[in-house]
Amino acid sequence: MKAVILFQSTNHAIWAENELKSHKIACRMISVPRHLSSDCGYCVQIDAENKEKAIDILTTNNIEFEKIENL
Amino acid sequence: MLKDKENNGVIYFDNAATSFPKPQCVTNAVVHYITQIGANPGRSGHKMAIEAGQIVYKTRKSIATLFKLKNPMHVIFTSNATEALNTAIKGVLKKGDHAVTSDMEHNSTIRPLHEMEKEGTISLSMIQADKIGILNPEKIRKAVTRKTKAVIINHASNVIGCIQPIKKIGKICKENGVIFIVDCAQSVGVVPIDIGRDNIDILAFAGHKGLYGPTGTGGMVIADGFDFKKIEPLKYGGTGSFSDKIEQPDFLPDRFESGTLNVAGLSGLLAGSEYIQKRKGGIEGILKFKTELQKYFIQQAEMFVPDFICYSASHLPSTDVVAFRINKFPISEIAQILSDKYGIMCRQGLHCSPLAHQTIGTFPEGTLRFGFSIFNKKEEIDFAVQALKSISEGRKK
Repeated sequence: MKAVILFQSTNHAIWAENELKSHKIACRMISVPRHLSSDCGYCVQIDAENKEKAIDILTTNNIEFEKIENL
Repeated sequence: MLKDKENNGVIYFDNAATSFPKPQCVTNAVVHYITQIGANPGRSGHKMAIEAGQIVYKTRKSIATLFKLKNPMHVIFTSNATEALNTAIKGVLKKGDHAVTSDMEHNSTIRPLHEMEKEGTISLSMIQADKIGILNPEKIRKAVTRKTKAVIINHASNVIGCIQPIKKIGKICKENGVIFIVDCAQSVGVVPIDIGRDNIDILAFAGHKGLYGPTGTGGMVIADGFDFKKIEPLKYGGTGSFSDKIEQPDFLPDRFESGTLNVAGLSGLLAGSEYIQKRKGGIEGILKFKTELQKYFIQQAEMFVPDFICYSASHLPSTDVVAFRINKFPISEIAQILSDKYGIMCRQGLHCSPLAHQTIGTFPEGTLRFGFSIFNKKEEIDFAVQALKSISEGRKK
């Protein structure tokens, strides 16, 4: 199963993607699913099993995110 | 005549205005973005938009590393240092505030402050530098009052190159709860800057001078931990975030980055920033190299050019900039001859800094200015010294 992490802006999404990748978390940028947000940008998709690890990395690096949702 | 084919056959000493040539990697990066990526970052979710977003992020990260800043989102891109200074000055100062600045500032600082003073929004104290352009931090301490909101100082003079004791001034600001805004247009990429160590709250930088990026690039950097909500945005508009709301986002960098960024320019800025940071010896090495060129020029010109008058103090902390004249010889004529006859590009006049020229005693005529880059060579300086010697001697015949 996949999960998506939503951010306040695409600047934060790309920052997160770079940090997650540097910690060997598989992820990719996808368009924000319209049912989750009205934003016109993109979000980070990860494997749902990595959610907790991803939250740890984001928190440690002070990268604020809006929510994590399973797809 | 000494000709450098790579530089269109000219000797370029106007690097304090904007650097030339740019490293090849800068040109390649701009071309790559325009021809291969092209999209608008942060607006759409397609592959090209994400690639454009990656460039912007990497540039932010590179600039953050340069200033020893932890949070790359605190790097705000603007079209130049002037826009960054206007954002900081007009964003921080409110009705009834007092600000402190100096008579060594560029008009990018003086004009917004003067305008705010003239319209009755703020009161302003001007600190006088000594004859060689250096500010005494204790004078700034004395000028700070209970109403002082901000101190705005340039790090390195665009007129004579002198470097101000910003760490000491910043400490005074910290002790008094005053916001310290530093104009790093001339010092970025030339003098090592640590935003935390140097007690800076907000700095403005140019991307097209010491960082060798294209013109139209620059930015405002906000210190980690500084409450950025103390700065009102200068521009409001689309950010690609919170598109369902009509309020401006209140987080960084979106709060200050409305409208499509200059991604072509930022591609080049990233390449330039990486180029100088990866250069052997780093920024310290660049400063050493450039000040050696400055000292060499002054020494050679004082030795060989009759009536040469130098206004830059190379024995004090300085960048590569040299302000000079040939006694009683109109500077505009010298600059014209240097350009037309010798292919030497330099700037003459007041350098957008009338107050600084008053301080060093060269107002209203101004001076000639050479500013060196990492690509200049001693042979070019030798050639320029011979040219100035001929010009000075020719007048006497």
